Amino acid sequence: MSTSVTASPAKSAAPRLRTPRKKHTPGKPKRNVLLTVLMALMVLYTVVPLIWLVINSTKTQSGLADSNGLWFAHDFALWDNIRDTFTYHDGIFGRWLLNTLLYVVLGAGGATLLAVLGGYALAKFQFPGKRAIFAVVIGAVAVPATALAVPTFLMFSKMGLTDTPWAVIIPSLVSPFGLYLMWVFAAEAIPTELLEAARMDGASEVRTFFQVALPLLAPGIVTVLLFTTVATWNNYFLPLIMLKDPDWYPLTLGLSAWSSQAQTIGGDVIFNLVITGSLLTILPLIAAFLFLQKYWQSGLSAGSVKE
Amino acid sequence: MTTLQPPVAAEPRPAPPPARRDRRSWTGWGFIGPFVLVFALVFLAPIAYSVYLSLFRDQLIGGNQFVGLDNYTRALQDDAFWSALGRVAVFLAVQVPIMLGIALLVALALDSGRLYGKGFFRITIFLPYAVPAVVATLMWGFMYGTKYGLVGDINSAFGVSLPDLLSPGWVLASIGNIVTWEFVGYNMLIFYSALRVVPTSLYEAAEIDGAGQWRIISSIKLPAIRGALVIATIFSIIGSFQLFNEPSILRPLALNSITTDYTPNFYTYSLSFNGQQHNYSATVALIMGVITMIVAYAVQLRGMRKGA
Repeated sequence: MSTSVTASPAKSAAPRLRTPRKKHTPGKPKRNVLLTVLMALMVLYTVVPLIWLVINSTKTQSGLADSNGLWFAHDFALWDNIRDTFTYHDGIFGRWLLNTLLYVVLGAGGATLLAVLGGYALAKFQFPGKRAIFAVVIGAVAVPATALAVPTFLMFSKMGLTDTPWAVIIPSLVSPFGLYLMWVFAAEAIPTELLEAARMDGASEVRTFFQVALPLLAPGIVTVLLFTTVATWNNYFLPLIMLKDPDWYPLTLGLSAWSSQAQTIGGDVIFNLVITGSLLTILPLIAAFLFLQKYWQSGLSAGSVKE
Repeated sequence: MTTLQPPVAAEPRPAPPPARRDRRSWTGWGFIGPFVLVFALVFLAPIAYSVYLSLFRDQLIGGNQFVGLDNYTRALQDDAFWSALGRVAVFLAVQVPIMLGIALLVALALDSGRLYGKGFFRITIFLPYAVPAVVATLMWGFMYGTKYGLVGDINSAFGVSLPDLLSPGWVLASIGNIVTWEFVGYNMLIFYSALRVVPTSLYEAAEIDGAGQWRIISSIKLPAIRGALVIATIFSIIGSFQLFNEPSILRPLALNSITTDYTPNFYTYSLSFNGQQHNYSATVALIMGVITMIVAYAVQLRGMRKGA
């Protein structure tokens, strides 16, 4: 049949399902203390900044200046800091949070939808121009996104889109990496015979997609959704060039504005709020990654880059 | 890496069997159409537009004028551009190997099955990926500080004087550390995912033949994940050439060390938004894009050819 798009993933589909894998069964390898210690050092490097962030979000502005960075100050000001973060400047932080959510829901949600539909098409259909699409999209992955930023900005400003949420949402809708991941995933997760059977039974293409294909794509969808969410939630450059009005800022841009405010002469120094705000910004994503581990790790290893 | 389609039956076939006809049809476009549409708007149109921009110059007197390749000759003789490019090239040559090397070692250690608490290590080391560049840079920037930061704490606690990590001589390394911190886990996961699909039987056979762990790594594991290694390298190269977020967010803390033309991207940004030189900025961005693609393509060719 003509539909086996990628030859290799289909064969290696078996280990994808995260069966608790015992790999090197010949005599089950001994646990190695030295290796574990080395890895612990690596973990230390990873978590020290995060611990620093948690500790320092409990300090007041003056406590930040005169206490050791890796230990608590005298007064525990975390709750005050959180309250102040949300009330400073008429609660602009809350507004930024809502903006970020808006960009994530529409931007990352839309990007995932487009990637799922497109990946399914590439994996399961033959249509005119397919090779061209593939070549252009793969080529586009190598184009530095920031090289496009200035011309995109100029284009959008001609179209009157800059300084509106659309300027951030529309460019977020395209994720070539997501398309690639969904394509590889769809190729191996959806048996073509199943689609044929549905069509034989007279199901429309739309119905076949929603009732047969979509459920099989679930782990891939979670993976793409998570990664596009991170990309949108953490996006800095795009909103930086597109938005002037602080009312439309996402969290990242707002935090950086608060931080540089301290450097301007006469600016209000609010590093304690920058730090607390940073902590509040990363918590949702870290929680999402921890709770959805099972899904994205299987989705990634199935669709991930392999030969 | 994935090769596109095994050769499909030649196109000009007199009468394709009916079952096949509908899949050769335009139905697929119904699904991929939306993606292509938005892709054209946010990828292809800007590229075309920046090519157009790069051929013009906007002047107070005379307005928008066609200047041919003048912008390009100017960029190629622009010291600011070259020194920015040199800086990211140094960054690329030093930071990327360190980061990918650590990521690979961690992935191999996780895959070896010789660790206590493997799941904990895997997720913890990956976590910084979920931290926005803004937050990562602010955190590290505060910690680098000699007055209030960790560096200052260490100095006063041990009576030493560590170098100022935000001084001109150190700031590139400091930025490298931030980027490494952010992306080690992500790359580790790419390698680890690739390692997991290597058939176990290969290791067993090798062990029976008396191969040691290092031999298994160099002869089986590394060749098996070549695709992942190449992809990760390419993404890292693109990332280095695009370097912008970290230096731009760190700049308020290190005004003397980080100029507004510190990296090529920073330079295009400043040209466009502080200098209003949109045409020239588009030119520099295009040149950078072409350089990035050439380097990425060269790496891909080389990586795929070796042994393959």
